[in-house]
Amino acid sequence: MSSGYRLGAHEALGTPAAVLAAGYIGYGALSADIGLSVWSTLLSTIVIWALPGQLILVEMSSSGAPLIAILLAVSFSAVRFLPMTVSLLPALRAPAHGRGKEYFAAHLIAMTGWVAAMRRAPDLPEHDRLPYFVGFALALWLVSIAATGAGYLIAGALPPVSKSAFVFMNPLYFLLIMLGDARTRLMVMSLAGGAVFGPLIHLLAPQWSVLAGGLIGGSVAFALHRIASRNG
Amino acid sequence: MAESLLIAICGAATYLWRGLGVMLSGRIRTDSAVFVWVGCVAWAMIGGLTVRILLMPAGILAETWLFDRMIAAAVALLVFFVLSRRNLFFGVGSGFVAMIVLSLLQRI
Repeated sequence: MSSGYRLGAHEALGTPAAVLAAGYIGYGALSADIGLSVWSTLLSTIVIWALPGQLILVEMSSSGAPLIAILLAVSFSAVRFLPMTVSLLPALRAPAHGRGKEYFAAHLIAMTGWVAAMRRAPDLPEHDRLPYFVGFALALWLVSIAATGAGYLIAGALPPVSKSAFVFMNPLYFLLIMLGDARTRLMVMSLAGGAVFGPLIHLLAPQWSVLAGGLIGGSVAFALHRIASRNG
Repeated sequence: MAESLLIAICGAATYLWRGLGVMLSGRIRTDSAVFVWVGCVAWAMIGGLTVRILLMPAGILAETWLFDRMIAAAVALLVFFVLSRRNLFFGVGSGFVAMIVLSLLQRI
């Protein structure tokens, strides 16, 4: 086994894994609260492997959103993986591994592993770069699957007071990630647009609030930004 | 069953973008206006959802008080930005503990 795998897994199993585990424990608890089965909940982490998309899926199904709206919203939240993958692969590529490995590695791409690999890959020997990413992201993926199951089972066994605190970890997690990550004015404007239109639309049509709030809030932010940069 | 089918489809839709990224890597520009707009929509979706859950939650969170959720979120923000140099684990953890304490206080 290439030492890249071990190095990646080793570096993942610290703060990155703890942070993701907190997010996925909360997600498991939320999913139990809205009545998804434990298997579906685990399946969502295994096949989607993107907490925003999973939160959107769970929240929208609980508000009775039409399937097509759920699918559209989840897809929209996943489009970011295209530019992320496009920019990550050249940093990991070596002639030794074929395309098949890359298609497998692509499933593991999510924010935490992407950031780590973009930062670390240039320091590693070429043949260790893809293994480093796979080791890192695979470890996070497995920890997150376990955390999802743990959150689900813990929430089911707890009294309501602590159960609601576990579910509360979901909005907290995203609140901190978003505010900590919002570097550009455009990101801040998009968040603000969503924060205004999402809840407003929720009052009128809860089942459409995520998708419509995102489309309207995001488009308003995008348009304002374009106008501002044209005049400025 | 229907529920796992929906999840599987959402998983496929998510992988589609990752797989497309492998296919197109090295061949497209990702700084075009369309990508910027999609990014805005994604940010607004998750931003709106987060604020909505904090203000108007469904399920078990609806049984907590708005005031308690605001205080617990403020504690998390304070710990994350001021006390722990943006450690997400401590930030989320402190909000979690604050929520438990506030809910217990409410019962006294």
